[in-house]
Amino acid sequence: MGLFILRRLGVMLLTALCLTFIVFFLTNLYPNLEKLAKTQGNFRMSDAEVASYLEPRGYLDPMPVKFGRWLGVVPGWVTEGTDSDGNPRVTGRCFTTNTPDEERPTFCGVLQGDWGSSTVFKDEVSNIVSVRLAATGKLMGMVLLVMIPMALIVGVLAGMREGSKMDRSLSTFSIATTATPEYVSGVIFIAFLASSKNGISPWLVEMGWIDGKTLFLGSATKAVADASFWNFFLPVMTISLYGMGYIARMTRASMTEVMTAQYIRTARLKGVDFRDIVIKHALRNALIAPFTVIMLQVPWLLNGVVIVETLFNYKGFGWLLVQAAANNDIELLLAVSVVSVIVVLITQLISDIGYVFLNPRIRIS
Amino acid sequence: MDPLTWTGSLSPLNYVFSLVVVLLVAGVVVQMIASAVLTQANPSVNADGTISGSAGPLGVIGFGVKMLVLAVVAVVLLYLVLGVFMGAKAGIFGAMSRQLLPVWIALITIYAVSITYKRKLGLYGKLFDSTVGMIGFGLVMFWVVAGVMAGVFDMLMTHDTFSQVSGMKNKLPGIPLSAAEDGDFQWYLLGGDNLARDVFSRLFQGAWIVVYIAPMATLFAFMVGITLGLPAGYYGGRLDTVLSFLANLILAFPVILLFYLLVTPEIVATGIPNYMATVLFIFPVVFLAILLNSRYHTQPAVRTPLLVVVLGLVGWIYLMLISSDGTIVSTPTYSIPGLPEVLDLYDMDPSLLVVFVSVVFVNSPTVFRIVRGLALDIKTRDYVAAAQTRGEGPWYIMLWEILPNARGPLIVDFCLRIGYTTILLGTLGFFGLGLESESPDWGTTINSGRRLLALYPHVAMAPALALLTLVLGLNLLADGLREESLKD
Repeated sequence: MGLFILRRLGVMLLTALCLTFIVFFLTNLYPNLEKLAKTQGNFRMSDAEVASYLEPRGYLDPMPVKFGRWLGVVPGWVTEGTDSDGNPRVTGRCFTTNTPDEERPTFCGVLQGDWGSSTVFKDEVSNIVSVRLAATGKLMGMVLLVMIPMALIVGVLAGMREGSKMDRSLSTFSIATTATPEYVSGVIFIAFLASSKNGISPWLVEMGWIDGKTLFLGSATKAVADASFWNFFLPVMTISLYGMGYIARMTRASMTEVMTAQYIRTARLKGVDFRDIVIKHALRNALIAPFTVIMLQVPWLLNGVVIVETLFNYKGFGWLLVQAAANNDIELLLAVSVVSVIVVLITQLISDIGYVFLNPRIRIS
Repeated sequence: MDPLTWTGSLSPLNYVFSLVVVLLVAGVVVQMIASAVLTQANPSVNADGTISGSAGPLGVIGFGVKMLVLAVVAVVLLYLVLGVFMGAKAGIFGAMSRQLLPVWIALITIYAVSITYKRKLGLYGKLFDSTVGMIGFGLVMFWVVAGVMAGVFDMLMTHDTFSQVSGMKNKLPGIPLSAAEDGDFQWYLLGGDNLARDVFSRLFQGAWIVVYIAPMATLFAFMVGITLGLPAGYYGGRLDTVLSFLANLILAFPVILLFYLLVTPEIVATGIPNYMATVLFIFPVVFLAILLNSRYHTQPAVRTPLLVVVLGLVGWIYLMLISSDGTIVSTPTYSIPGLPEVLDLYDMDPSLLVVFVSVVFVNSPTVFRIVRGLALDIKTRDYVAAAQTRGEGPWYIMLWEILPNARGPLIVDFCLRIGYTTILLGTLGFFGLGLESESPDWGTTINSGRRLLALYPHVAMAPALALLTLVLGLNLLADGLREESLKD
């Protein structure tokens, strides 16, 4: 088991390295750098001005060297130039001009714990990412709290009597939710539940059943600091619904399989109550497969998070990803992709390990 | 001219409709609860060996729900049929129903022919035995037929999709045009968007983009996935390790990050999408070449002319797809010459090419994993061992023994994946990536409509509901196909 985890960690590291290199490569292509220079300087820069912006900042060095600098295995760039008064000035990746000479480090990269600074937000990448990640953690936590119980209940109820009316209705429901991507359900929710002119809110106001103007708020900007049912319900529901259908269908499949097993038949023939069969005999075995599915679903939730945070203007990790990508903020984008890749790979690892723990029939040598 | 209401002079029918729908919802809930609480009454065995039993409360409820479903269907049909005859007098729905008359005729023809000959049509015919499958197929075919009619034959649409009419900005559905001439269509059936364009016409023009990109992209993804997945599963070993690692690498990327990295004007300027197209589009050619060669290599007299003709044709199409204006890759600094323009009959819009390539790229690893899994399973079967004993080549076994036996799950996954590709295309549009901002495709329209969602929901709602029905249809179709293919 230890060796298995060790090997998986090795593969994870290699994957993360490859992926960050791909992101690094794509963001450091010349047209992207040109765009970066123009957004940082001004949009009417000539080609020579773009080059003179990029050159002293080390952007035009060979790709592996730049990647090495970001990683912290190649010394950071140091450029000796002159400032506007003609005095000699030394700038570098790892220090500011007023850092004394002896305190200037040679290496600064991820290995040294330095994630660089964002060109859009003018702040340390590590600060921005941790703040935004906390906001998204709150959203994700709520989503998991809502989604998993709902999905498991729907799946178990549908799967306990295969082909019954209940099964048909709930299966159709879960198919419908998997067919509704977040940007569709979000739009429908906002139009029906969070608009003061359309949908059910005007009617509810007329009846005097709600205090505010709308039943729910269509923007979750304030929910980062102060989440309430009113402003947080719609984003959470939007992500949960899309993710739910798939888990429910997997649970249903696993439940129907368990319900046809020999030991369930034996229990039924012995005259055990149907409720006891479902709860005591079937449920535990039926929940092994959904566990892995739930874990593998987390990366998909990440996608949903990006869409929903954009739609509801919730300033979390997904919103950060969109900002970083749209502005070609290289170091921020790299940090964002490292974090999301780590999330994906760790959930895969947990799902593998959990599967082994839950299912005694599988042993990894 | 007065603005149209939703149902016009058919509005008395609305009471009937809402009553039936409310009853149906109540009925379904009662039925679900009852099926959990009540149990079927024990049947009694008669003297002549037959079994009889009363339907019991469950049976009564079931019968009631079935009748209610039929009633809802009947009322909806009534709206549509009366709409065809009464046109705009029956409100917006009526006018839309008349405008969509060619689609109804095509759908009825397809269903009539298919149901008549369903026993001769294999798996497709069996689809018409399953209600779920038939509903799904109906939804899908509606959008396919409507998309083809709107996009290729310029039918169905009431106004030009790009022209802006003064005074129609953000107008609600059914508002008449103020300056309409006699020959023009008098209303914006589903309202106007924020640039005063007709939402109804753009909806169907957008359907064409989805209906033509999504299945094609899925097909290419399947070609890539099959061509790489079969050897990975069949040979295993180092090849499998390397290919699986690459597939997992792409899968570990958040899709939206990948889109943001690939589908930007800056990346397009570097020519990377063109290189990717060159690589990804070659897989169908390779697939066809191996497929035919492995089958006919023992008969050179058949094989050689066949391969020359097929590969010549497919190769030509390949070159047409990847080259535009006589070049394959064209960047400011250099360009790689491609097919001369004289032979280049089809130029793919560069922004469409980027979208297409990235969707194929994102989908292929998943297909690869499915095919690899199926190949791993099927290669242990006896008929594979028999083929190996006969001395068949590995590619013959993969493509003519394993692949046909994996067709069931692959067809089902194909349907599901078209739906998923549709969602991905919508995602791209939603983030304003790839296609131009005035493109009528659904994702872009949702994106432009979402800013004023609380005030003018109709702009974003129309494409949202369209996308929902199409993907739902594909899911139901896949479900029906799975059910029917398991019955074999």
